[in-house]
Formats: sequence, structure tokens, C-alpha cells
Amino acid sequence: MNREHSRHRLVPGIAVLAACLVAGVASSAPLQEKGKAAKPYVAHAQEKQFAVPTPPFTPGIFPCSECHKEMKSNPTRRELKEEHTNIVLNHAQGQRWCLDCHDISNRDKLRLVSGEKIGFDESFRLCGQCHGDKFRDWKVGVHGKRTGMWNGEKQYLLCVHCHNPHDPGFKPLAPMPPPTRPENVK
Amino acid sequence: MPNQESRDNPAFRMSRRKMMKGAAAVLGALALPEREAPASVWESFFQKHFREMSKPELEKVLARLEKEYSEKYRKAVKVRATPPVEGVLYGYGLDLSRCIGCRRCVYACVQENNPSRDPQIHYIRVLQLNKERGVDLEDAEHYYNPSKVPEKGHFYMPVQCHQCENPPCTKVCPVQATWKERDGIVVVDYNWCIGCRYCMAACPYGARHFNWKKPGLPAAEMNPETHYLGNRPRPVGVVEKCTYCIQRVRNTPGRYTACVEICPVGARKFGNLLDPESEIRYIIENKRVFILKEDLNTRPKFYYFYAT
Repeated sequence: MNREHSRHRLVPGIAVLAACLVAGVASSAPLQEKGKAAKPYVAHAQEKQFAVPTPPFTPGIFPCSECHKEMKSNPTRRELKEEHTNIVLNHAQGQRWCLDCHDISNRDKLRLVSGEKIGFDESFRLCGQCHGDKFRDWKVGVHGKRTGMWNGEKQYLLCVHCHNPHDPGFKPLAPMPPPTRPENVK
Repeated sequence: MPNQESRDNPAFRMSRRKMMKGAAAVLGALALPEREAPASVWESFFQKHFREMSKPELEKVLARLEKEYSEKYRKAVKVRATPPVEGVLYGYGLDLSRCIGCRRCVYACVQENNPSRDPQIHYIRVLQLNKERGVDLEDAEHYYNPSKVPEKGHFYMPVQCHQCENPPCTKVCPVQATWKERDGIVVVDYNWCIGCRYCMAACPYGARHFNWKKPGLPAAEMNPETHYLGNRPRPVGVVEKCTYCIQRVRNTPGRYTACVEICPVGARKFGNLLDPESEIRYIIENKRVFILKEDLNTRPKFYYFYAT
């Protein structure tokens, strides 16, 4: 008797549960769509809002077109013997050379794999083509460094502020002095 | 015999009780500031506990301190008592896979927070650890001094106040001179601290420091932007600690802490734990995170993590 009673109760219970589930799925679907419509994925629009300081150019080197506009472009892969000899490529050197990142027709721009030309202040997009995991972390402020206000306007350092793009390994630093040992405290 | 008479006279008889009373009164009077002491000394003597002061009382205290410090350091010193920002619980992240142990943070903190230069007080201690042994504190070295860091086979772990949610240091204070604020920062009222150093014994992170001598703070190096519970100049005989740069972060908008700002490798992260969009929340949700001495149930709001 008792058991039957409980079974009678169980059936409407399951029905209510199922109804809730269906309602939940139905309601979440339009929500998702709404979210998508409000925030369409436009790669550039999203990434352009990063306020970055001026890229760390070698003094006097930019704009590159100052010298390059007079010169004829030579797209052949070769070792540079006259200019830029101080640049030693230590960054997947076997697989790339200058014009993979620097645009051949406009030397003041960088070049993405897609052919899109970008300014030097957007160079993180170029780096992000290979280093996607770091790029992801950088965008949320985890890789790299942000300065400014913790709850307000922030500045993002570009990848190249810490990593020389031609030799990106972080260089060791001299440490600041160690604390005084207790035996030397007077 | 007149001598005998006077001794028997009840008015002159010195009982043990009377003697003790008299001695207590004299000792008590000696403990008071001198009669010629400036009015500010009397005012600080009768100053109430920070959390019991009314707004006008607090303002009077701040004005008194500003005057005192401005005269001492010969510059316009500002002492604020900015209250916590609503809806904020500060959290800190430190990326152990990035830190190179350069100690820039140690000295940026010294510049910002006005601790004693001589004798030396540092809020941050950078430990050099062995990669093969991992986070083994018994194998830690903090006096390392090679010409270049990082050294091969080592990693570095800076330790400072962890601003515990369950702080052992505040519980042991016999006079409640230290407490946890609403935004999670553990602070000290230097005018209330009696210097018993129980809190130092209770802290498992070695994050509290005592002013054994009158703090040696050159006027030229003194940072005039101060907070009552933070970097205002300290007297001798009180305990002090990291406050997540309370004078910087308790503003809207508030600056990052001095150690975050200086870090050359961007290993230090700071933000609001209650804001799901903050970088510290991203770290806790997506990275390998650990807290130091988790087994002590101090619940630090200082998260070590590995970004890679």
C-alpha cells in the first residue's frame, strides 16, 4: 500500500523534472544566441583596444621606409652583409627570415601570414600566430605585464618590450643586494 | 621620647599597603609623558583605538600626524585613512615559472612603504629553491648573490604577507592592535601596538617585522603619500608588515602595488577576488595554483601559480 502510494507520487515528480529540463534547455538556447549577436567575433576590433606604449625601437631606426624607399626590394633569402648586421636571428632561424614578418612593399608595417599588414604597435598579433597559448594569457593579463590601475585603465606591455623579437629568450639580470645577515646587524 | 611618639602616631605609620599604593602612583606618574612634553604627545597618549574613533576624532589624529611628520621630514606629508573599496577582496598571484629572483620587488617595496633602512626591514623575502627538491622550505636560501640570476637548477619564491582569511597573527594580539579589514588586508595600528611580538611568533610566513631601534628613514627617501594603517612612519617598538600597498590600492581607480609595478618579468598579479573578470580570478580558475602551508588552514589570499 505504502509503496504504491509513493510510486504514484514519483510519476508526477519525474514529469515535473522533465518539464524543467526541457524549459531550461529551451530558455538557454535563445540566451546563447543573444550573447552571440551582441558580441560578434571580430578579431581586430577585439584586439585593437589594448593600450600599449611605443614599441622599443632602436633609436633612429624608425620609420624604416626612410632608407628603404630608395632601395629596390630583393626577396631572395640571404645573409645581410651591409646593414642590420647586429641582428642575429635566434628565433627558429632555419625556418624564417626577415620578410616573413616584415612587409616587403611597406617596410613600416609587419605582415601576418594571411597577408594582412599591421602596425608595430600591434605586433602581439604577429607573435600570437605561433604562440597562441601565451597570446591567450597575455590578453587576460596573465602572461606579460600590465601597469596602471588595478581597477581602472591599464597599459599592456608588448611582447617585444621584454623579448627581443630576433632573440626572444629572456636575458639574465644582476640581482639587487641580498638582505643583511643577522650576524652583521649592529 | 619624641621619636617613639611620632612613630606610634597613626598619621605617620607606614603600612605595607600604603607603601605599595605610593610606589604604584610614583611609577604610574613616571610612565606619563613629561609635563613639558608637546601637546601632540598628550594627544597621542589619549588617542582611542582606530576602529573606535569617530570621524572628527580620526580627522584630528590625521591632522596631528601630518603636522608631526611634515616637520620631521621637512616636506608636505599626507596621511590618509581611506576606507575599503566596497565589493573588493584583494588577491595576489605570483608566477613561479616566471620569477627570476632579481629582488627588484624587495627594493621597490622599501621605496614605497617607508620601512627602516637601518636597521634593515624588508617585507619581501625571496627564497632560492632547488628545482630538484621543489618547494622545500628547509632547503631555501635567501642570501644568494650571484652576478646574474636566474641560476641554473634553481627557482625563486618571494614570500611576503599572505593576507590570510584566517590570520593567526591577529588572534594572538593581546590589545587588538592588528586586525583584518573588510577588503581582506591585515593591518596594524602603530599607535596601539605594544610591541609584544606575539603576532610575529604566530605568523607562519615570517611576514611581520619589528622595529627594534628607532627606524632609520632618511628624509629624502621618505614617501609622503601615506596611509594611517600602512606606510606612515613608524615609531620604535612596533610591528609592521606588507599591506598590499594600502595607500595605493584603496582608491577608485587604484594603482597596482609597488612590487607588481616593478617586476621585470611580470610574475606578479593583483586584483579583486570578487570580480570574475579579474586576472587573479582567471589564474585561480585556469592555472595550477597552490597556497603556502595550506595545512595550517590560514587560507592565504596570496596564490602561487605556474603559468606554463
